[in-house]
Formats: sequence, structure tokens, C-alpha cells
Amino acid sequence: MLSRVANAVYWMNRYIERAENVARFVDVNLNLTLDLPEGHADQWEPLVITAGDSLVFKKRFGPATKENVIHFLTFDSVNPNSILSCLRQARENGRSVREIISSEMWQQVNRSYLYLQDAIASGTAIQSPHEFFARVKMDCHLFTGIMDATMSHGEAWHFGRMGRLLERADKTSRLLDVKYFMLLPRPTDVGSAVDDLHWQAVLKSASALEMYRKDRRRRITPWDVADFLILDRQFPRSIRYCVTKAEESLQVIGGKPGRAFHNKAEKRLGRLRSELDYIDLKDVFQKGFHEFLDGIQTEINYVGDGIHDTFFAAITVDETAPVSGGPQ
Amino acid sequence: MKFDHYKTDGFYDEMFTADGKPREGASVLVDALEGFSDEEMRRRQQAADVAFLNQGITFTVYGDKEGRERIFPFDIVPRIVPASDWAVLERGLQQRIRALDRFVDDVYHDAHIIKDGVIPEAVVRTSKGFRDQCIGLDPPKGIWCHISGIDFVRDGDGRYYVLEDNLRTPSGVSYVLENREVMKKVLPEIMGRMSIKPVTQYPIQLLETLQHLSGKSDPTVVLLTPGIYNSAYFEHSYLAQKMGIELVEGSDLIVDGGEVKMRTTRGLRRVDVIYRRIDDDFLDPAAFRGDSLLGVRGLMDVYRAGNVALANAPGTGVADDKVVYPYVPSMIEHYLQEKPILPNVPTFVCWDDKQREHVLGNLDKLVVKAANESGGYGMLIGPSASKEEREAFAAKIRDNPRNYIAQPTLALSRVPTRIGNGFEGRHVDLRPYVLNGRSIHVLPGGLTRVALRKGSLVVNSSQGGGSKDTWVLADNGGQ
Repeated sequence: MLSRVANAVYWMNRYIERAENVARFVDVNLNLTLDLPEGHADQWEPLVITAGDSLVFKKRFGPATKENVIHFLTFDSVNPNSILSCLRQARENGRSVREIISSEMWQQVNRSYLYLQDAIASGTAIQSPHEFFARVKMDCHLFTGIMDATMSHGEAWHFGRMGRLLERADKTSRLLDVKYFMLLPRPTDVGSAVDDLHWQAVLKSASALEMYRKDRRRRITPWDVADFLILDRQFPRSIRYCVTKAEESLQVIGGKPGRAFHNKAEKRLGRLRSELDYIDLKDVFQKGFHEFLDGIQTEINYVGDGIHDTFFAAITVDETAPVSGGPQ
Repeated sequence: MKFDHYKTDGFYDEMFTADGKPREGASVLVDALEGFSDEEMRRRQQAADVAFLNQGITFTVYGDKEGRERIFPFDIVPRIVPASDWAVLERGLQQRIRALDRFVDDVYHDAHIIKDGVIPEAVVRTSKGFRDQCIGLDPPKGIWCHISGIDFVRDGDGRYYVLEDNLRTPSGVSYVLENREVMKKVLPEIMGRMSIKPVTQYPIQLLETLQHLSGKSDPTVVLLTPGIYNSAYFEHSYLAQKMGIELVEGSDLIVDGGEVKMRTTRGLRRVDVIYRRIDDDFLDPAAFRGDSLLGVRGLMDVYRAGNVALANAPGTGVADDKVVYPYVPSMIEHYLQEKPILPNVPTFVCWDDKQREHVLGNLDKLVVKAANESGGYGMLIGPSASKEEREAFAAKIRDNPRNYIAQPTLALSRVPTRIGNGFEGRHVDLRPYVLNGRSIHVLPGGLTRVALRKGSLVVNSSQGGGSKDTWVLADNGGQ
């Protein structure tokens, strides 16, 4: 397939996954503030920090209030990672590959974007935020389901799935990191009801609370949550699951399954997958929880660069093809 | 919704005769529409609008700061073309394309038509569409004009006239196909009771027309688009999707080893046939405009060597110049020794001194058009223009007579159109599409554009026009 097209399908999926995750983060935080006892003021800054956009945010908005942060992450057309920007870019990518994806996929991303614009223009997004975020999440799920059910699972589909899974792995790592930045009023609060609520919120943000309960059937502990969201083999948002499945797609694309690595992308992704295969929670905390997650994010970026260089960049040296896509 | 108050106002109406009776083949449609309540009609129109919106068949409204989008207006009352009318149009179109194709080939080779005095050499050589790069060129299978869209109007006398030929990159066929899909959802019960010729075969016929240009049994065919910001981008991706071929931009292609290749995730892959939706000027910066970034450097060399086919062939613009148009009936007689089946609109060419004087003396009665503009630009509609506008145009004509033609204003036919809670007549034209490959196919139907503003004759979408589905009846069924 055309390199430009592979690039667009890959990014289309990344953007949709990103929009869905931002919707989860904001929605869960809104929810959390209703559960927190008085005196534990709602905290919005961690959301901006973990999105990696904290400097830009501070420059433009100053203190992180609830309204500011929701605006920045949801409707802000200047922020390239807001839900609005993500869906707009997904739609533009979709428009540029309409002939490759199924028309049902195109119509879904188009409808989602039109809904979003209407909800913003009419004010319903602000008036009933839960309904709004639920709709955004459902729209993104629908896209993924429609893609799986209507598009041949060939090369283009695997590029799309790989984009979605790498984005998801990145977002799960950032989600765990939110907790690192969430402040507990006193050291004695560790293990308290408030701490418990925070960890529950982390699981909820990954739609993982129910699956976690089935798996662990005991009180929530930071170790268990980290173990589940980083290393679980079956939960579709755990980092290891995403990386393993992304590697499968990459091998189908490369056409040479097995444990041989033929290009930069395969080498980097293979190394990350095997690290996750051999690591355990003790290693994670030894390294430092935040440091470990930061490292994962760097590795995922590195894989993304490898995919770009291997498949999307211009093949001949005399010209450089323009590269669409977007910032991390 | 009733037609009780519908008036034809002395225009030729496509649905009713002057005394208010449904025309041949139209009574089923008229009865069914009359059976709908106002609310029902409104609901069905809305369903059509939503379908276009969800499909993303939209354009952005300039000046809307939210960047919201609108659909191109679509009217759900179709235009009916009886089988007997269509038979004549179809034969006439095949004849016209055969002659135009011969003409393009002739002017780039021995130019017999000029030597025989049928058309002046100056007219051909000064055409903006004439390409020196094409002199002596032999395109694959000897075909130049593979895909054409010919515009028709029907005058007050009920006759169809050819208004202009579009041989470069005619657009609009995706609307024909998509309008029909929407109509199947919106008026299924009516369509089921009428015998309407289908249009769905077009993409596969287009693909076969393109494949025919290659000597290979399974050639790689691609569609070349200027990109996502081109106003016809929807059509480009739509056709590529329906044909199952790659949609490429100039940057996806490269000339390598005397062949055109595309950049894929597995390296470079040869391309055999290019359906290009980019104008000649932008095709190849080495051969045409050096500043163009849309095309492929070196493409023309590969084309000349016969290693890639281009559709339409470069250089076909010489035949759809509006100053060449008046000579098409003579071309038909010259090349085919046949009488033209379809008449032209009477046309004055301003480079001729006598005709120019006539035009300048009658600007208030004529429509004046620039030779190579489209989309309703560079036009003067004499009867509705002010004195100042006419004088300004007269100066332009005197400055550059070669660039202008003039035609009488025609009383374009009308079709009932849903306006508010009733029907009013609105003027229409018709653009059928013709494919020229192993044989010449005419898509049964075409784009019916409608001037939605009351009394307006301008059907361009950029000037307040919309579209309608065109129903070519398979037989006239004794209705």
C-alpha cells in the first residue's frame, strides 16, 4: 500500500484512541471530585501534566482550574491534543484515505466530528458533561468496532490497529502516572479512603475496575493496580497486552512472523515487548514508579519513530515526501 | 403536496405539458408526490439532507467561524428523461465524441481539417488548450478523450442543444451516482413502480475504459488527485474507492528507470495507467509549468515512450475551447460524413469582425462567455446586466476578441422543485457522461443542475445552484 496511506490510517487510529482517552480522563476526574470529601480540593493539574502539555497550558491559562482544564483538553482548537483537535485530525486523515477504509468507518468518524461541533456550539457539552463524554467514548468505540467488522484485516487494518494499540499503551502509562502527581494532603493518607478513591479512579479511567475486581477480589492496592494495568496478559488496555498485539500486527505487515527482526520498527518493538515479558512489579518499583512509566513512554515514542522511518518516510533520497501525522 | 397551483409560465416544463397534464412517463411520479402530505415531503427531503451530511458530501462555508459545513443543495423531485429522448441523446453523444476524438488526433498530426479549410489554423493554434508538447504524439490505442461530460440545455422549443463540451477533467459524476443512492432511500416506493435505467455500472465501466489503455492483462491503474483541498476531492476518492484502485497524489509517484512508480510500504511499484484529475499545466513540471508541485517530474517522457497511459490524454483541451465549439458540427460532417444528430446553440465568435460587431451591438440580448473559463466565471448575461457592466464587458471583448463567444439567451426548460411547502418551476441543464474505450458508453442519466433562485438561469453550485436526480426511463411503457 502507499506509504502516505499507511501513515494516514495509522494516525487516524491514534487520534481516535487519543480522543477517547482524553474523554475518559476528564470524565473520571469530574466523577472523582463528587466522591472526594471536603478539604480534598479537586485536582486538575495532574491531567495537564500527564498529557505532556503542562508548559503550554500554564503560559496560556495560568492556574489549572476545572473550567480551564476541561476547556483545554476538550474544546480548545489551539491544543493539538484536545478531543476536538484529535477528532478533526482523525477526520482529515480519514478523508484522505476514504478510498481505502470502509465507507462505514468514514461515516462514523464524520458523524462523531459533526456531533462534537454541534455539542460545543449549542452548549450541551458543558450543560451535560457526562452525556457528552459518554457519547465521545462510545463514538470512538463504535469506530473501532466498525473498523474491525467492515475492513479487511490486511495491511492497512494492521497499520491502523498498531496505531491504536501504541497510543493506548502510551495513554495507560500516562494514566498510571496521574496518580503520581495527585497530591495526598498528609503522608498518613497513604492507604486511606481518599487514596483508595484515587486508585479506583485510575482503574475507572481505564475502564478496568470491574475486570480488576474479577481478577484480584481484594482491596485495591497500588501494587495490584500497577500489576494489572502494566503486566496483565488478558486485559485489553494493559501496556503489555497492547505492546504484544501491536507487535503481532507489525509482524504481519513485515510479512515474516517469528522471532527474527528485519527493520528498525521490529527491533524496537521486540525489545520493548520482551522487557515487559521479563519484568515484574518489584523491578518496576525498584526503578521508581514514575521513572519506569516515563521510560515506557520514551520507548513507545522510539517505536513510533522506527515505524515512521521504516514505512512512511520517503523511500528515495532525492525527494522528501511530506509527512502528515502529529505530535506525541 | 399538490400540483394544483403549479404554473409552467410559458417555459418548457420537463414534467407537465403546457395545459398541465403530466408528460409521457411522468404520471406515476406526479400521482405519488401528490399523495404525500407536506410533512411527509419535508421528512423525506430532510432524510436526503442528512444522508449527504453523514457522507461528508459537504463544503465549508466561508466566513463561518465555527468552520461548519453545508451540503450542496439537493432537490428530491427528479427530472425524467423519456426513453425516446434518451435514445437520440445517446446516439448523438457517441457521434460527437467520435468526431472530437478524431479532431484532437488530427490537429496534433497532419491537421487535415485545417488544410481542408473546415476550421482556421489560427483558431486551433491560439487555443489555450493546444499543447505543442503533444504534436506528433500517439496515445495508447489512439484514444485521446476517454472521459467526457457534455452539457445540454433544452430550449423553449423542447429541443436539446449542446451547450459545451468538457474533455479535460469533467467532474460531477459522483453526484450522479450518490444522488441515485440517496433517492433509493428517500423515494423507494416510487422508484419501484417506474422502470428507471440504473447508473451503478459506471465505476466498473470507467475502470474497464482505463484498463483498456494498457497492453497488460492486469494493469495497475491509479487516480491522480491534486489532494484533499481540491474542490472535487470527494469525487476523486469516491471514484477510486468504487473502482478499488489507489488514489495517489503527485508526491506518491516518481519517475524511476523510465517508468512511473508509486511509493509503497514495500518499496516502489510500477503504475501502468493514470486517470489524472489534474490539469495539463500541473501534470509534469519538467514539461509544463515549472512551479507546479502537484504533478510528477518526468511524467511526459514516460508517457511519450509509451510506458504509462494518461486519461484524459494531455492536449484534449484544444477541442473544448469555446471558440472551437462552433465548428463541432462541421467536424462531424468532415470526419464521419454524417449529419450531426445534436444541434449546437447558435454561437457568434468575436475574433470574426462581422460577428463581433453584431455581438457588440446586441449585448443586451446575448450571453457572452470567455473561451476557457468554467464555473460561471468570466460571463456576461446581457439581459440582466447593467449598462455599466455591458460597457465594461464590451471593452474586454475589444481588447481580446479571440477570448469571447456570444450566444442568444435561451429559455432553459424547467422542472418542478420543492420550494417552501409547494412546487415551483426552476431552470435546469444536463451533463451526461461518456466513456470512450473499447466502445463508447453513455451513462444513462447525468447531472441535472438546477438554478434554485427564482428566475435564475445560473446553475453552477458556486452561484446558488443545486442538483436533482435524473431518471432515464427504460421504456415509455404506454403511460
